[in-house]
Amino acid sequence: MTSNQNVIEVSDLRNAFGEHVVHEHLNLNVRRGEILGVVGGSGTGKSVLMRSIIGLQQPSAGDIRVLDENLLDDDTRNDNEVRRRWGVLFQGGALFSTLTVAENVQVPLREFYPHFDQELLDEIAMTKILLSGLPADAACKFPSELSGGMKKRAGLARALAMDPELLFLDEPTAGLDPIGAAKFDGLTRELQETLGLTVFLITHDLDTLHAICDRVAVIADKEIIAIGKIEELLKSKHPWIHEYFSGPRGRAANQGYG
Amino acid sequence: MLVILRLLRQKYRSMSEAVNFEIDETGEDGVSLRFAGNLIITEIGDMDSRLRKLDYPVSSIDLSGVSRIDTIGAWIIERTAREHQAQILHANDEAARLLQRVSEQQVENIPKLFNPIPIKRILHEIGDAVVTSTRTMIAFMGFIGQVVISFLTILIHPSRLRLNALVMRFEFVGLRALAIVGLMSFLIGIVIAQQGAVQLRQFGAEVFTINLIGRLTFRELGVLMTAIMVAGRSGSAFAAQIGTMKITEEIDAMRTIGVSPIEALVLPRTLATIMWMPLLGFYASIMAIIGGGLLCWIVLEIPPATYIQRLREVTPLTDFYIGLIKAPVFGAIIAMAGCFQGLQVKNNAEEVGLKTTAAVVQAIFLVIVLDAFFAVFFSGIGWD
Repeated sequence: MTSNQNVIEVSDLRNAFGEHVVHEHLNLNVRRGEILGVVGGSGTGKSVLMRSIIGLQQPSAGDIRVLDENLLDDDTRNDNEVRRRWGVLFQGGALFSTLTVAENVQVPLREFYPHFDQELLDEIAMTKILLSGLPADAACKFPSELSGGMKKRAGLARALAMDPELLFLDEPTAGLDPIGAAKFDGLTRELQETLGLTVFLITHDLDTLHAICDRVAVIADKEIIAIGKIEELLKSKHPWIHEYFSGPRGRAANQGYG
Repeated sequence: MLVILRLLRQKYRSMSEAVNFEIDETGEDGVSLRFAGNLIITEIGDMDSRLRKLDYPVSSIDLSGVSRIDTIGAWIIERTAREHQAQILHANDEAARLLQRVSEQQVENIPKLFNPIPIKRILHEIGDAVVTSTRTMIAFMGFIGQVVISFLTILIHPSRLRLNALVMRFEFVGLRALAIVGLMSFLIGIVIAQQGAVQLRQFGAEVFTINLIGRLTFRELGVLMTAIMVAGRSGSAFAAQIGTMKITEEIDAMRTIGVSPIEALVLPRTLATIMWMPLLGFYASIMAIIGGGLLCWIVLEIPPATYIQRLREVTPLTDFYIGLIKAPVFGAIIAMAGCFQGLQVKNNAEEVGLKTTAAVVQAIFLVIVLDAFFAVFFSGIGWD
């Protein structure tokens, strides 16, 4: 175990696609054991930030450390060690379409623990599937047979397969009905508490922010303009933050949790 | 090499550092298992299979020596405890919470897929194949009907023809195929001439090589080889394009907007292929004749002028007509097989690959079957 309290450290990050600069001097620390919500308008680069952190997007400058490992340097020895310790839920679930849900969950396990028996793999898959709130009979279904919400849960089951320390969720509640979204929020909180996870959560869902996030980071103007508890952000004078939290939807969510 | 070894060692380190348990046999109604170390996925190793092999009763499981535990460790403990109806002792807060969470779930076995005895399965698969191919055939007939109706509609309302799409397909199906079709036909011409020359020389009839080249290319090979090339190039592309559009729900979007996918996607592709096939076929024949002529000139020392003179004498115009009549029919079959298979795609990415393969196989098969019918037919009407 590391003594470092920050699970993710992003410093001076710069991302650009051609002429279009997405991030400039972006700094962000995610503390161990917290649920950090990341918000920002469409196109402000929330997903790009996540992709940079998990190593899918090569930044043009800056430094990123995840679980005390720099994934951007040429030293790739420990990179897989880090990948084994995180789980990622993509927006659409990103399930492998030719595999059943149970097989999807087993993919990371087979990759890292080839000596596990099929029996144990099946049991682990089933545990994770139930843990993520899916019914048992979803295990042998193919992704195309699942609804959008079930796909997300199956994606979560796969992300949890390796008992990660760090969980990335990209808009987990988008496209879910309010009841399903609330359940998903509850599930995230519960998992975070029982498994001691650190969660990096991108969302547009104001209810999610109020209900489960310990801290919220706001991306605007190519950087993190504010980070802190939601009550602190409510007092912010920044026009975008003000509009975000005090617009009609923000007010409704506020009152609900006020 | 060193790096690879180090990576491998890292990956399998978990096996050597397996978490351990001791068996304490002092209990009265069974042994006590005392665990030590970390009960986490990276350090479990073969503990699970060793626990499964225990064939004597376990009365208690002592977790006092466990420092860290995760859901997988908790599940293994919980399962062992459940199987032996053993008591779990000295679990710390973290372990207790996880065990509680895991025990709440009724973990069932994953239902096994339908897997009957081999002979039954063979019969099942044969039956399945028969039913599927019959259904595909009927559906394909229906599809051809739809395309024809859509074509007639366009004849009545020519303004509904998607000219842009048609021109785009023109470029892809025809223009960009010129190089490869030309090269292929040129080489085939050389091969025919060379084989003809070798075989006919035995009878001192080398000059008949020209008959072989002229008749074979115009009547059969020019169009047939072009059809195979177009099926591999364009038929497969149609299936893959339309199949992908099916998965991304673009086809559904078209339908809801009121655009007929047959009119917007299938018809331009089919028309483009029908129009280009005779041109490509003729072009292929000419290229084969040039290739054959080159070989005749070099190997048999027949000068080009004589070659052309002889070609005109021995190749009847009907051979040219036959090629010209067959080509658009083949084109229609190839394009429609491609589009049809593309529209059959459902569910997942693997299907796109399967249907693309099916499109090419089906197209080439149908082309060769039709070619056999044409051969008999044209002989029948005296065009031989």
